[in-house]
Amino acid sequence: MSNGLRNWLQSQKHTRGFHPSWILLVVAATLVVAGLVWIPASLVAKTEYDRLPASGAAAARPPAAQPGNIPAVNERPGAPARQGPRTLRVAFSPPQADAIPGGEFGAAVRLGRNIFNDTQTYARAYVGNGLNCVNCHLDEGRKADSAPLWAAFGMFPAYREKNHKVNSYEERLSGCFRFSMNGKAPPPGSKELMALMSYSYWMAQGAPIGVELAGRGYPKLKEPPQPPDAQRGKIVYEAQCALCHGADGQGTRVGGRYAFPPLWGKDSFNAGAGMTRIRNAAGFIHANMPLGKGGTLSVQQAWDIARYMNSHARPPDPRTARS
Amino acid sequence: MCLQADDMSTNCPPSRRAPVRPFQGGGRSAWRVLIAAALLLSAPARADPRAGAALARQGATGAPACMACHGARGEGQAAAGFPRLAGQPQAYLLKQLEDFASGQRKSPQMEPIARALGTRQRRDAAEYYASLPAWSAEAAPAAPPSPAGLGARLATRGNWDKGLPACFACHGRDGTGITPHFPALSGQPSAYTRAQLKAWQAGTRGNDPQGLMKSVADRMTDAEVDAVSLYLENPASGGRRP
Ligand code: HEC
Ligand code: HEC
Ligand code: HEC
Ligand code: HEC
Repeated sequence: MSNGLRNWLQSQKHTRGFHPSWILLVVAATLVVAGLVWIPASLVAKTEYDRLPASGAAAARPPAAQPGNIPAVNERPGAPARQGPRTLRVAFSPPQADAIPGGEFGAAVRLGRNIFNDTQTYARAYVGNGLNCVNCHLDEGRKADSAPLWAAFGMFPAYREKNHKVNSYEERLSGCFRFSMNGKAPPPGSKELMALMSYSYWMAQGAPIGVELAGRGYPKLKEPPQPPDAQRGKIVYEAQCALCHGADGQGTRVGGRYAFPPLWGKDSFNAGAGMTRIRNAAGFIHANMPLGKGGTLSVQQAWDIARYMNSHARPPDPRTARS
Repeated sequence: MCLQADDMSTNCPPSRRAPVRPFQGGGRSAWRVLIAAALLLSAPARADPRAGAALARQGATGAPACMACHGARGEGQAAAGFPRLAGQPQAYLLKQLEDFASGQRKSPQMEPIARALGTRQRRDAAEYYASLPAWSAEAAPAAPPSPAGLGARLATRGNWDKGLPACFACHGRDGTGITPHFPALSGQPSAYTRAQLKAWQAGTRGNDPQGLMKSVADRMTDAEVDAVSLYLENPASGGRRP
């Protein structure tokens, strides 16, 4: 305690009635209390607290989101809002695979996980290239910023520009089969789709419905300082990506399977896939590649490589090929 | 602005769209085979695994027999922490010998040995050790199977909560390596694996391409280093994604 304050307290012991310093003290205390109330209130306003679904709102702010628990309000007031009516971003962390339950439902979840990680084996009939779902949705479909399943599940049915209609979640899964996997959609209600739905549902348990979770989709990368350029992209590609994906983009095979997936050519995603949009590809690459070193490329580099990657031949878009 | 030329929902002029040609296969690959064959035939001096075998057994001037430390069949020495060389990718082994010779990779034992070898001898040795049988889950020694748990989890799934990919994403299924750049980890003495991970953390090993291995090691705790090193000694059980 400072000397001045101690002296003042001493002097107060000897004063019986009113002392002018009391006014100061009361005013200061009022300001402090007002501040304490106002700061959190303004934080809450910034995260658009009022749009939280009724149940989740009460969970004030636990230190970190627990697997499967009601998610915490994301404390990034400046987080970029996405288009659409739901701009609230909520943090959620999905359960670990060890927590998959037993029983029939657990078996469906497990099959979904197997299909997702090893589509080549478990859904062979619906795949027309060398990829697995997990190649573009890292960590078994769990990793934020690589279009994780737990963030997707509660956002459907939704209208999609791609086919100009409202899509169920099942139809969304089928989309990646047709385009990203250059295959065909498993029939509605098939055991493959049911398993993938079960896996996604299990992972999304406890997450709110219709709320954009932080980490959904591929991140929206800033516009590059200069227009994306494939020639510049080629140079960075050779330095940063060719080691694994090959100088010719054809990936690396071990025993007939791709250890590193192809980025173009006949075994890669087709020309109708979301990854052929430079914007999507740049977002994915910037956040996730080179493997284990996500976020190390510059924004410009990511756009340039995305342009370069998508300037190569790949299987045709099944929609235009048919007509 | 038309940066979203890739985005089908924007109305950019079609000319600005990235050209996406339908895939046309074949044709060029025949040429590649021809060129590769021509290169192979014209290569001046092919590496000779028999010369490499002699080197392993007898050594050369200034270089003791490799066997003395790396074992009769290149299996390494667990107690001393000398690495297994058998079945590693040839390109990987050669790069390590060159890095020891140039001082890019530090080791009091290996630097002088690698320097004593000529370019040709390094290639022979690499060729020889690459040709020896690799570790495999089926042929794993009767050593007790590594426990499932933290080590198995890191190896097969990583820990993406801190940006750590699965070891096997780069080191191949079951940790058997991905030729040419990614060495096998399975069957490697745990003391060796641990020492290498620590060396990357401390900055004393820095010869990995693109700093890929450094960024992995830097994210690991001591407990994770220990667990995964032990696990990789014999991941025969539970080595696949559980
Ligand atoms: C070549 C890469 C690629 C592969 C392989 C791939 N996807 Fe996708 N996936 C994408 C892209 C790109 C998106 C759109 C991401 C965005 O909107 O930001 C997407 C979106 C999704 C979504 C919706 C995500 C959301 O939040 O709306 C689901 C669900 C999905 N994929 C499931 C699958 C399944 C199941 C498979 C395997 C059958 C698969 N994907 C294979 C690239 C891929
Ligand atoms: C250390 C090896 C490695 C490096 C280097 C690397 N990648 Fe990848 N990449 C992978 C692996 C492995 C996957 C699949 C991930 C999975 O299945 O978990 C992948 C997946 C991808 C995918 C989605 C799958 C596909 O086939 O389209 C793209 C796109 C991609 N990488 C682009 C790049 C680009 C661009 C670079 C350079 C900036 C790069 N990668 C560097 C290993 C690597
Ligand atoms: C005195 C013991 C000793 C002898 C003899 C020896 N080595 Fe080594 N070698 C080592 C040690 C110790 C290491 C690990 C170095 C480190 O800690 O980084 C090693 C590492 C290596 C590596 C790198 C392995 C890897 O997985 O990265 C290669 C390749 C190698 N030695 C080749 C040889 C060849 C070829 C010979 C024979 C000409 C030889 N060694 C002789 C002790 C020896
Ligand atoms: C992003 C790719 C990548 C991932 C993931 C990765 N590594 Fe590596 N690792 C490499 C590369 C590349 C090398 C070769 C370095 C060189 O050429 O000198 C290497 C080398 C090593 C070596 C040295 C091997 C030897 O014989 O000297 C060890 C040990 C190792 N890694 C352990 C691990 C472990 C344990 C994990 C998982 C926790 C892991 N790595 C994950 C890329 C990776």
